[in-house]
Amino acid sequence: MSTVDSVPLLQLLKDGERAMQICNACRYCEGFCAVFPAMERRLSFSPKDLTYLANLCHDCRECLYSCQYAPPHEFGLNLPKVMAGLRRETYRKFAWPSFVVNILGQTGPALVLSLLLSPALFFLGMFVFHGPGAVFSAHSVEEGSFYRVLSHGAMVGGFGFVGLFVLVAFAMEFRNFWRGTGGRADSWLDARAMGRAIRDSLNLRYLGGGDDQGCAYPDERASSTRRWYHHLTFYGFSLCFASTTLAAIYHNFLGWKAPYELMSLPVVLGVVGGLGLVAGPLGLLRLKSIQDPEPADPLQRRMDIAFLVLLLLTSGTGLLLLALRETAAMGVILAVHLGVVMGLFLTMPYGKFVHGIYRFGALIRFAKEERES
Amino acid sequence: MRLCCLLNVGRASVASSILPWSFEPTMHSEIIYDVLVVGGGNAALCAAISARLTGSTVLVLEAAPQALRGGNSRHTRNLRCMHEGPADLLTGSYPLSEYFKDLLQVTGGRTNEKLALMTLRESSNCQEWMRQKGVRFQRALGGTLHLSRTNAFFLGGGKALLNAYYRAAAAMGVEIEYDAEVRGLDIRDGRFHSATVLRDGGTRTVRARALVAASGGYQGNLEWLKEVWGDAADNFIIRGTPYDTGTVLRGLMDCGVKTAGDPAQCHAVAVDARSPRFDGGIVTRVDCVSLGIVVNRDALRFYDEGEDFWPKRYAVWGRLIAEQPDQIAHAIIDAKSMGLFVPPLYPPHQAGSLPELAALLTLAPEALERTVAAFNASVQPGTFDHAVLDDNKTEGLNPPKSHWARPLDTPPFFAYPLRPGITFTYLGVEVDEKARVVMKDDKPAENVFAAGEIMAGNILGQGYLAGIGMTIGTVFGRIAGEEASRVVHG
Repeated sequence: MSTVDSVPLLQLLKDGERAMQICNACRYCEGFCAVFPAMERRLSFSPKDLTYLANLCHDCRECLYSCQYAPPHEFGLNLPKVMAGLRRETYRKFAWPSFVVNILGQTGPALVLSLLLSPALFFLGMFVFHGPGAVFSAHSVEEGSFYRVLSHGAMVGGFGFVGLFVLVAFAMEFRNFWRGTGGRADSWLDARAMGRAIRDSLNLRYLGGGDDQGCAYPDERASSTRRWYHHLTFYGFSLCFASTTLAAIYHNFLGWKAPYELMSLPVVLGVVGGLGLVAGPLGLLRLKSIQDPEPADPLQRRMDIAFLVLLLLTSGTGLLLLALRETAAMGVILAVHLGVVMGLFLTMPYGKFVHGIYRFGALIRFAKEERES
Repeated sequence: MRLCCLLNVGRASVASSILPWSFEPTMHSEIIYDVLVVGGGNAALCAAISARLTGSTVLVLEAAPQALRGGNSRHTRNLRCMHEGPADLLTGSYPLSEYFKDLLQVTGGRTNEKLALMTLRESSNCQEWMRQKGVRFQRALGGTLHLSRTNAFFLGGGKALLNAYYRAAAAMGVEIEYDAEVRGLDIRDGRFHSATVLRDGGTRTVRARALVAASGGYQGNLEWLKEVWGDAADNFIIRGTPYDTGTVLRGLMDCGVKTAGDPAQCHAVAVDARSPRFDGGIVTRVDCVSLGIVVNRDALRFYDEGEDFWPKRYAVWGRLIAEQPDQIAHAIIDAKSMGLFVPPLYPPHQAGSLPELAALLTLAPEALERTVAAFNASVQPGTFDHAVLDDNKTEGLNPPKSHWARPLDTPPFFAYPLRPGITFTYLGVEVDEKARVVMKDDKPAENVFAAGEIMAGNILGQGYLAGIGMTIGTVFGRIAGEEASRVVHG
């Protein structure tokens, strides 16, 4: 955790406190989401409170369009924008290890790593260890053909190490968030609160606008499109992850080596998930391009787009690999796919992915508070 | 063309010296609309939508810019509905008889019984109609639970409701102009011909076959307020929209329309003295009066702070403070009461002792100490319970505090400065059950209708019942729109 709060953060905290004081005296938006009931339990808004509330906010934006104090009113209230700014600072502040966020939390380096460096390294590795003959020749779909261009040991070793690191980073970031919002060490271990948080995360309850009719994104009309594109993205990602995990089980415990047949479970899961992970990010990118810019945090935009592009390339190259796995292009595409996936993993703890970790933490806290009040 | 009613009120009177009223307006619209709706709040939109649904071409002229459209409806959040059993999000039942009894109680009987009963009856089918137009509702939560049986809450409040109506109106072909202020009405012998509209620095004449006036009262017109209240009005804070200048109301009066509602009364509550001059809405409220004492400029108490539950008494305090010297008062509580009320927008003045607090408030320290000492000495033992009319009261004090009287003895002490906050004015035009305005000869106008705050005085002669303003606006807006269509199409 960085020890010195940056200047913009101080300004954001001031804006957030002022906004919450207005909102807490008004309360007309209390039906939209969890932020307002959580606010009503408080009389003052410390940086910890604001960090919690900002991450509880799902950016549904209903409150801006409903706000009688929105600009040009002299109060000039724009809560979604303030909350988005506070979230952006959260992503920096709680990153672990904190110095990495200064590099991989930047869109430029993150994309260079994922789209150039990492694929190039994979390609180089293939080239050096297996030679151009193996990389550029046509392949048949026979067991272990992938491993002719990249050894299984290298793949498992590389991804195993990175995967473990990412998991540790997520855990540390969650811990930082929990403590940074005033929680006692392990008070998040609360089965009932967690159950509720999992439910509310999995169905994106708070993108429902309070009456499940949708939220004010990309513009003031209630719409469920963002919710569905996010579902496609999240569940697509989960299916891809399940596919990979299953493949690892096949390989290590059953001795079945990739590539697998088209109708095999890992391929079916990967294809369905991959299609979701193409459609979801594409939809979210489209919505972002047509969104009303007023409630948006302009400084967050690049990070969001970078993450969506990485997800899109992960699924896109994965599907391409499936389509071309019997051709001479397989080696190159495998390098690109693995490179992008590796880049995605490495940048996840410092990019937009962490919104899920912090929001989940905020939902646990909300469930606890609601029960205890 | 002869404009019979040149409006000479407030901002209009300033403008009329600049605007050549005798001058033929530069733009003539060739279009003759079926229905012209003046105003842009709940009643106006209900009228516009129902006129359009009954086949009329409709133009809405809203004086405010788009971002601040909607009049006082922007600041509302619910409407009061009659219902015979649990209805949708409303709990229990709220029968006509009870609703009417509540209305009689708050108005002291100053209501047009026929119109009132019609309105309350019609309120039962408002919600369905509103939903069809895209209005979303929510359950009563938190601090509004006491209204969960009687009032239907708009998800996100009045501005969200207006957004839904404006979208619905635009989708069905209602034309809407913002920053369009009606400055003149051509009404002869109870028949409307045209309106003069100021927009983009120029005036033009808009012709229509029927007029719906839904442009609110005059709380935004400081000069008019001063006519009624004198210099005290300089110290009023206007909680509602500044665009309710009463120009159209005055115009109708000048054209021979009969008035309804007390010309000298306004709905006024105690608001934080630091609030914006206009449009501060709900957040200007200070809800701790019943928990402490209220003193005036001379550090003297002047009314029973614990007379009844706050929701039943908040509306008397605006008038009470308006009657105090310099129209200023201070609500004072001690540490025991902090956290027992909705936190106001502005932080309280805070001090460790009463003299220090008095200094912050520029009150005479010894006077405040005397007042508090007398109050503390008169408090009788009892059990404090803010949720009921408890037995904590004063004895031998004038004025007394009837409930929730606890000695002010636990520092720190807190104070909120208070001023009268005007929500709306009561003066309006008289209407009949078809929402037609009534002329001075007691005959209804042929094609002039009114809805919303501009005619609420027919039903609400005085006092207020939470959510009834929106009920009146919705019911009469719909009637006005339909009846206007009927006049146009036969």
